[in-house]
Amino acid sequence: MTSLDVSTDAPRRPFEGRRVRLGDLILQGAAGIAALGALVLVGLIVWKVVQGARLSLSTYGLPFIWHNIWNPVLGHESFGAGSLLYGTVVTSFGALFLATPIALGVALFLSELAPPGIRGPVTALVETLAAIPSVVIGLWGLLVLAPVLRDHVDPALHTGLGFIPLFGPPGSYGSNVLTAIVVLTIMILPIIASISRELFLSVPVELKEGALGLGTTRWEMIRGVVLPYSRGGVAAAIILGFGRAIGEAIAVALVIGAVTQINVNVFNPGYTLAGIIANNYQGASSGIELSSLVYCALILLVFSILVNLFAQFIVRRTNRRLGGRR
Amino acid sequence: MSAADARVLQRPHDRLRRRRLVNRLLELLAWLAALLAVFFLGVVLWSVARRGASALNLDFLLKSQQSFAPPNVEQGLANAFVGTFVIVGLAALMALPFGILIAIYVNEYAPRAIRSVVNLTLDVLAGVPAIVIGIFVFGLIVIAHGQSGYAGAFALAVLMLPFVARATIEVLALVPDSLREAALGVGAPRWRATLGIVLPQTIGGVLTGATLAVARVAGETAPLLFTSSLVATGTQWDPSQPLQTVPVAIFELSESAEPADHARAWAAALVLILFVMFTSLAARWLAARSRRKIARAGR
Repeated sequence: MTSLDVSTDAPRRPFEGRRVRLGDLILQGAAGIAALGALVLVGLIVWKVVQGARLSLSTYGLPFIWHNIWNPVLGHESFGAGSLLYGTVVTSFGALFLATPIALGVALFLSELAPPGIRGPVTALVETLAAIPSVVIGLWGLLVLAPVLRDHVDPALHTGLGFIPLFGPPGSYGSNVLTAIVVLTIMILPIIASISRELFLSVPVELKEGALGLGTTRWEMIRGVVLPYSRGGVAAAIILGFGRAIGEAIAVALVIGAVTQINVNVFNPGYTLAGIIANNYQGASSGIELSSLVYCALILLVFSILVNLFAQFIVRRTNRRLGGRR
Repeated sequence: MSAADARVLQRPHDRLRRRRLVNRLLELLAWLAALLAVFFLGVVLWSVARRGASALNLDFLLKSQQSFAPPNVEQGLANAFVGTFVIVGLAALMALPFGILIAIYVNEYAPRAIRSVVNLTLDVLAGVPAIVIGIFVFGLIVIAHGQSGYAGAFALAVLMLPFVARATIEVLALVPDSLREAALGVGAPRWRATLGIVLPQTIGGVLTGATLAVARVAGETAPLLFTSSLVATGTQWDPSQPLQTVPVAIFELSESAEPADHARAWAAALVLILFVMFTSLAARWLAARSRRKIARAGR
């Protein structure tokens, strides 16, 4: 990096008497404006979303976030995001709960265990899973997964785990909170897996071999060397997966059943912030409904920015602790 | 040898056995996790291929959607294919130069502090949910000018931008400094060194990033739902009008009650998945090729 720094300083301090070249001025100016443009773009996004939500912000204020009512009927309009926020949190945490162990298993398999011959193909397959468009996963979730869950998995879960309130009596709809959780799990699994795989691969071979040389089993080496070394990055990967899950609109809108109610039983339909925007924004019947939907988008935007900053914070802190690696 | 001695001798062996057992068990779980991931992919691909292939024919590819058509009329999604082509193409045209310029600034000009600010901005932008981008472009363009292909393309370009910029930053960092120094050393002005020597080295990497970004946004529904979805009948090439796209068509068809619409949704999903897989493969090939080229240039 040092030699690069020398060269970047060079044109800013030209030799005495040498004119600043027009071409340099233009390229540096254009590139600088483009970089500034990215900052402006983020600012513009925040500003436009706040502007769209202004009517709802001034009508309902902060209590909008926890008020559990969504009534778009003309003349009786009243809006609050409580049930949507609940649905968003339950589906995202549920998906995270299911996806994290599987994703870490996949990542360990691909980085430590897989025989060389199948490592490449399976890595490619996991990346393919990440590339499937959300609308296709939603279509599959609605027409294939939901009936299977309704007929086989939901009743079995209720029989086995019915003492937990989450697994109450199965409903008659395949489109419910559990279906959304499974769909989100499939979507965030490859994200967490592929980031974690890269982190595990970046663990220095000397450390791994040192542990194995001391007579540890492979799992003890993973637990003692690989996981502690990549802990921060893996946490960031999980947080990024969480961010993806709360923001997913299309697949969730298709499979969650679209009911604005808080229901502990995951076999009942529900809704999420992103899902209700996808379904209702186009056909909103009043200005206040439209504005309330933008308020939901504002909550999502704030969530996503916080989640990203937090993930970056963790990554930077870990890098510092590991002695300025990179 | 007493019985107690035998137990003492036995103990380390038992511990080793337990450690090996735990190791075996967790290795098995990792294998199962990988199998499960591949199984999910297999099930999704198989469902789409089986249901999509039966509805996939020449009419599907060449005829357009018709509103209020009797169910026995053969319909296709030609309008959606054309719309996706136009909108994604326009989005790439908007995002590519912008993203490359940002990368040039970050890698070649920016002081360290500003570099990390721009990087953080790109990360935040990449994390904004696609549906929020849709709302943003609705407020920025659609409220004043109505839906159009341009509005949809702009929304997709916002999604592409951080991808393109980050991919370009990564490959620019791979270009050896010896090349920059050689160009500056023979008296080339800095802008010519950057545009004429450094940037051409990265073309493969930039194309890879662009291809991956195209593959990703071609399947995006959420940003187009409010920006380019209220479409007229028939195939439309003009981006000043709202254009139908493949993902939006799938979303609408899947919510219909008609089995014929579901069949068309599956066929469209099959085409979309094939396109995404093909472009991802192409990107992989490009990436391997450009890495070889940069490595050669450094020698």
